[in-house]
Amino acid sequence: MVLRGRMLCVLLTLWIGVAGTVETGTVSLSVQPQQQEEFVPVEELEPEDQLPAAPLLVAAYAFAWLAIFVYLWSIWRRLAHVERELGDLARRMAKR
Amino acid sequence: MTQRLFLPLVVAATVVFAVAPLLIAWAPYESTMGLVQKIFYFHMPSWAAMFVSALVCGVASAFFLFKGHATGDRIAAAAAELAVVFGLIGLVTGPLWARKAWGVWWQWDARLTMALVLWMIFISYLLLREYGGPGSEKLAAGVALFGMANVPFVYWSVNVWRTVHPTTNVVPTLVPGMRIALWWSLAGFLLLYTTTMMARVRLESQRASLDRLYRDLDD
Repeated sequence: MVLRGRMLCVLLTLWIGVAGTVETGTVSLSVQPQQQEEFVPVEELEPEDQLPAAPLLVAAYAFAWLAIFVYLWSIWRRLAHVERELGDLARRMAKR
Repeated sequence: MTQRLFLPLVVAATVVFAVAPLLIAWAPYESTMGLVQKIFYFHMPSWAAMFVSALVCGVASAFFLFKGHATGDRIAAAAAELAVVFGLIGLVTGPLWARKAWGVWWQWDARLTMALVLWMIFISYLLLREYGGPGSEKLAAGVALFGMANVPFVYWSVNVWRTVHPTTNVVPTLVPGMRIALWWSLAGFLLLYTTTMMARVRLESQRASLDRLYRDLDD
């Protein structure tokens, strides 16, 4: 009875030890990067992975500058129009 | 006073924007996003200018609504237009960055959706002023107050809700090269905002003078 109990304890300890080793091994394996088995040409990557960054960067900066310059030009044009009208009106009033 | 400050501010903004590309190019590459992350140096300052403009528009609208200051209305109209322009830059540069960084142009998450709604509030402000008929200035001022109230929600949305957008904690953790480029660009955008705002307010003042002259002519 005592022997059976000791055997059970040893088996349980061994099982926990083996299970622990396997579990640790699994974790350490999952942390390691996967071994490369082939070289993949860049054209075969997912579209988002092969998307070049430079055109996006250039588009972003070009749009920002374009928006700023168009807006500054629109202010300048509107201001010139109002000031011209203001001048005309002031002259008309002065004549009266 | 404002006319005396205008030219030095324009010169300062020009100098800052002339140097900005060098600092942006010199800034280190981000480890996961690489080159496309450099959109950040215009994207974040454009939103900062938009937020400032939304706050200016809200405060000026409050002065107009509760104190009846006509100057407040003119400042609010100018600020709303600038909020739309800087918001548009942020809304276009963001998806160009996201396409590479996240693999999608747009994500309907809390931050992006709220930012779009904030921008649309100021679009509605301008539409209301343009097509709302007599008295629409006061209605628009009410809309501006809601726009201003939305700003803190948009700012903190990345920290409160789960979104794909980086949190506000990114900025204090930037390395010196990135930090200098960002603050320099931010200074440039705020200088540009100030000078453009001065010109835009002058336009509103001149329009008010023109209306006054027409009224005098009718009388």
